[in-house]
Amino acid sequence: MRDILPDIEKWRTRGEKIAIATVVSMQGSAPRQPGAKLAVSEKGELAGSVSGGCVEPAVVQTALEVIKHGRPQMLEFGISEAENIEKIGLACGGTIHVFVERLDW
Amino acid sequence: MSGLYEELRTALNQEQAIAIATLLRGTDHVGAKLLIYPDAVTHGTLGDPELDQRVSSDAEQAIWSGKAAIHSYTLENTAMAQEQIDVFIEGFPPPPELIIVGAGHIAIPLTTFARALNYRVVIIDARSAFATPERFPHANELIVAWPDEVLQQRTLYPSTSVAVLTHDPKFDEPTLKVILTRRVGYVGAIGSRKTSAERAERLLQQGLTEEQIKCIHGPIGLDIGARTPEEIALSIMAEIVAQRHGKI
Repeated sequence: MRDILPDIEKWRTRGEKIAIATVVSMQGSAPRQPGAKLAVSEKGELAGSVSGGCVEPAVVQTALEVIKHGRPQMLEFGISEAENIEKIGLACGGTIHVFVERLDW
Repeated sequence: MSGLYEELRTALNQEQAIAIATLLRGTDHVGAKLLIYPDAVTHGTLGDPELDQRVSSDAEQAIWSGKAAIHSYTLENTAMAQEQIDVFIEGFPPPPELIIVGAGHIAIPLTTFARALNYRVVIIDARSAFATPERFPHANELIVAWPDEVLQQRTLYPSTSVAVLTHDPKFDEPTLKVILTRRVGYVGAIGSRKTSAERAERLLQQGLTEEQIKCIHGPIGLDIGARTPEEIALSIMAEIVAQRHGKI
């Protein structure tokens, strides 16, 4: 959380809306632990991370939608080796849940 | 905006202990927030008083462990009855503090080691010749006063470690009497096996319980055969880390 505060402050000063994505659970191996956060500004700027980069594109897309409609979303990533090629997932084989919410609290 | 984000940001910037709970599943309040401070002070709500109360008692542990995890609840006799409710609780402990009582030689390398391990270091000694900024430029706080009086007033956390190093019963014993009635992570006191045993006997006579006295690590430090002040400081720091990770 601490790592994304300076960027959030910058965006808030500019009057932008913000979404925060948080890793809330992790099974198997995953690059970032529960609590890891990615903040996304209305203009699509990023701070922090929820993985090593493998799931960020999908999270950013959801974050931009959540900024518009305000309803929190739960995303799940992590798929078998066979599926890994065509879908967005974690290369390391773990499963993570990412909660995406608008910063309106 | 409910102001909870501002409050969380302020607490984090000031390095205060805090936890935040977010409702993930179970009601139409998904995304609701509760901030939890030590001693179960809360702001905000997850939408149900019973849930807030149960979450705040689980959050109390997270505040000090720094853990982030989903906790599941079922509630009775409320609108949310029978549903499984998932709450994500994240704890943000303040940086651990090491309070060194006694600004002698060992305290200097001990401050160095503790700072390298991201501890906030506080030196307390009534003897102004020892507790000088020249000797302790690397300490976060340097207090020249009677240690027991300072500690009586001070907020101590379960993550706080206290090393009592004055070698002088008139400072050490009143300090230990204050510390042992509070909830801290580590207490160590310098002195040989014989000194430690004699001190324990005197503290017992002064009204402390055997259980409280058993919490004192003394002779202080892991047994690594330390001889020099630097080696003793290393053994003390190693013992503090071992205690923190539940190894002793």
